[in-house]
Amino acid sequence: MKIVVTLDVNGEPRQALADGRDTLLQLVRDQLGLTGTKEGCSNGNCGACTVLLDGEPVCACLVLAAEAQGAHVTTIEGVAVGNALHPVQAALIKFGGTQCGFCTPGVVLSAVALLDRVAVPSDADIRYAIAGNICRCTGYGKIVEAIQAVATSRQEASR
Amino acid sequence: MQELHYSRPTTVADAVVALARPDARVLAGGTDLIVQVRENRRQVAHVIDLKRIPELNAITRQADGGWRIGAAASVGRLGRDAAFAAEHHALLDSARLIGSLQIQNRASLGGNVCNAAPSADAVPLLICLGARGVVAGPGGRRTLPIVEIATGPGRSSLAAAEILVAIVVPAQTGRWAAKYLRFTPRREMDIAIAGVGVWLQLDQQSAITGAAITLASVAPTPLVAAAAQTLLVGERLSPKLIAAAAQSAADEARPISDTRGSADYRRQLVAVLTRRALEACAGELGIHGT
Repeated sequence: MKIVVTLDVNGEPRQALADGRDTLLQLVRDQLGLTGTKEGCSNGNCGACTVLLDGEPVCACLVLAAEAQGAHVTTIEGVAVGNALHPVQAALIKFGGTQCGFCTPGVVLSAVALLDRVAVPSDADIRYAIAGNICRCTGYGKIVEAIQAVATSRQEASR
Repeated sequence: MQELHYSRPTTVADAVVALARPDARVLAGGTDLIVQVRENRRQVAHVIDLKRIPELNAITRQADGGWRIGAAASVGRLGRDAAFAAEHHALLDSARLIGSLQIQNRASLGGNVCNAAPSADAVPLLICLGARGVVAGPGGRRTLPIVEIATGPGRSSLAAAEILVAIVVPAQTGRWAAKYLRFTPRREMDIAIAGVGVWLQLDQQSAITGAAITLASVAPTPLVAAAAQTLLVGERLSPKLIAAAAQSAADEARPISDTRGSADYRRQLVAVLTRRALEACAGELGIHGT
């Protein structure tokens, strides 16, 4: 039995047919073709499939597609504005916070959610916010520096 | 592969009716259930999503000062309730040990209780705080202490067609403090080898009027260290008393040896964690020199 799921993805109304067992991850990648969201462990440990569900980071592999009925979902494809990268994306490039890139979409969304919620995150806040995003390349130092730099420049801009 | 039917009732009564099928399971955060279903470790044909039932999502302060936490409310939402966070920071800290932020934005306290893992991080302090579960079933509603829900790893005392509706944390009175500490090889995203929740209540002269100690990961269910509790009540905190309570808790633990730690190691961890949790409570209550 297929379910019609109607939801808002990156600010656009979308509709997709999902199986009862399908996850939000499958809906986003296979039905909507938004393959920036990555499948890693499929059990909530790695964070590669992180998307924002009604503004909060979640593992898309742990949400049934049917549960997303009426939800607002932000994927990595939705964070840039036109051709301008989101400041978090730009900072990750500048600071070398991305290597193989597989964890990067999830890291970006976790960081975007943190910066939306906390004006001046501490080093510990940043590390806790990305604790669910496993990165095997960078050692995290450069990712933390990049997120810190975005927070600092945002603070300076608001003065 | 078996088909999975999804339903989303909006009342407890409808959810109880839907759950009457033997192949049905309730879904709250889904952080355990969805993995089990997708890996075919659990045969489920119907999932009943509880998150659209207002009562299961509500977090409310009751007239008597207690808190009623909807069983499906996420840990993330609980943390965003500033009044709850201010009063129950120790309980919240223990719930925030569950997985990552991504997990906490889905996972519920009710799920942590009903999944009945011996290592459930939020459960020891719920037990220490005297929390009760409100359960709805075909025969109506009943309440029971949270400590009576888990009966073994993954097994609960709830009947097949019963649903945990809410967790009620009673009003805490007097000078009190609580602390949950666990030991894990990794700091985040890991399962406790041993955990200890402590709750202390003092009178104005700093004599202990109430004490609760609940252990995690050292028995088939969360375990109340009753003898250690008894040692504390009526006494004043001192290094000697803390050491005696810590040793008693370690003696009461019934750990097994497995890949994550030996029984002896777990017992030693219980002693150390009990001491540190008691010292943390003492510090919060302004008692020094312990």
